Amino acid sequence: MYLIVVGAGKVGVNLVRELEDQGHEVTLIESSRSLYMSVEQEFEHRVQYGDASELWVLERAGIERADMVIAVTGDDEDNILICQVAKEKYSVERIIARVNNPRNRAHFDLLGISPVVSATGLILKLIEHEVPHHKLVRLLDLESEKIEIIELRVGEDSPVAGSRIADIQTPDRTLLITILRDGTGFVPDAESVLKVGDDILAVLDPDHEEELKAALGFDG
Amino acid sequence: MPKMFVLIVGCGRVGSSLARKMLGEGHTVSCLDQDPEAHAKLGVGLEEEWEDHGGIFTVGAALETKALETAGIERADAFVAATNGDNTNIVIAQIARQRYEVDKVVARILDPARAAFYRERGMEVVCPTRVAIEMLEQSLTGADRDGEG
Repeated sequence: MYLIVVGAGKVGVNLVRELEDQGHEVTLIESSRSLYMSVEQEFEHRVQYGDASELWVLERAGIERADMVIAVTGDDEDNILICQVAKEKYSVERIIARVNNPRNRAHFDLLGISPVVSATGLILKLIEHEVPHHKLVRLLDLESEKIEIIELRVGEDSPVAGSRIADIQTPDRTLLITILRDGTGFVPDAESVLKVGDDILAVLDPDHEEELKAALGFDG
Repeated sequence: MPKMFVLIVGCGRVGSSLARKMLGEGHTVSCLDQDPEAHAKLGVGLEEEWEDHGGIFTVGAALETKALETAGIERADAFVAATNGDNTNIVIAQIARQRYEVDKVVARILDPARAAFYRERGMEVVCPTRVAIEMLEQSLTGADRDGEG
């Protein structure tokens, strides 16, 4: 594939190294002169100096033949704009954008910039998994495929504590796939009984999340 | 002209002057800028403080939904994106239009190429660079180019 990576910070540089190791052709674009100078020796003609939100800079990098554009600058507006222009003006089929401030995530969604990667968001998710604040944690969210995996904690007050899996009415298009108990996980069968403190992993169509929560007696 | 609630994001030379003009014409004007010092620009040439004339000023980042809402985007009839960043203006203009459904949205975009692309996509755009280029060309060639620009 031919990929354009925008932003020669740590993320961008390491990404280019890995992609090149995998045999892809990559051009890196960086708008800060000093950052550009610091990577120019390593990447030579494969790094270009310029502001990738300027259309001619993207054209010079060969955006017309790019299979993918990855915007990982430290500026969310720039990442949105670069991906929007790549997708809508140059019909680049695949884009990936970095979200620096998780609060800006909604703006990426609104403008159809997807998929996105947010280091802060990922760390927050991991913290949530390690130290759950809420009873429900979203572990995997494949938006376009309409599939998500969530983790639900069976609390003291849970109406399903003590119930057999066979007796729990789960809605269509949802499936309880794993029970995590005392540090190990197992795939439940109809006879498995839920206990207080269990974490249930469920795979489901996100549209049915509310129904599943209701079926398991989660309100929040 | 009916009285509007105008939200101006970016309170530099352009934003603050526009804000004073619109206020002078009797509109309700709210300005959002991340720099608290920008407030001083609004008061230039006014007899009293900006607020005493009925103006609103909010300190906050243009992309922060909370700041936009505090500045009144939900009741805005018109929205002007006039920060010093083209990409910021492009993004917030789309947020104003698509998320908050503001009727009148205008973005200032300095780069003529980006301005042309977003104008094609239906955004109302003012590109001061393009206007300057045309005016400079006119004064050099002396050509009368009414109807353009």
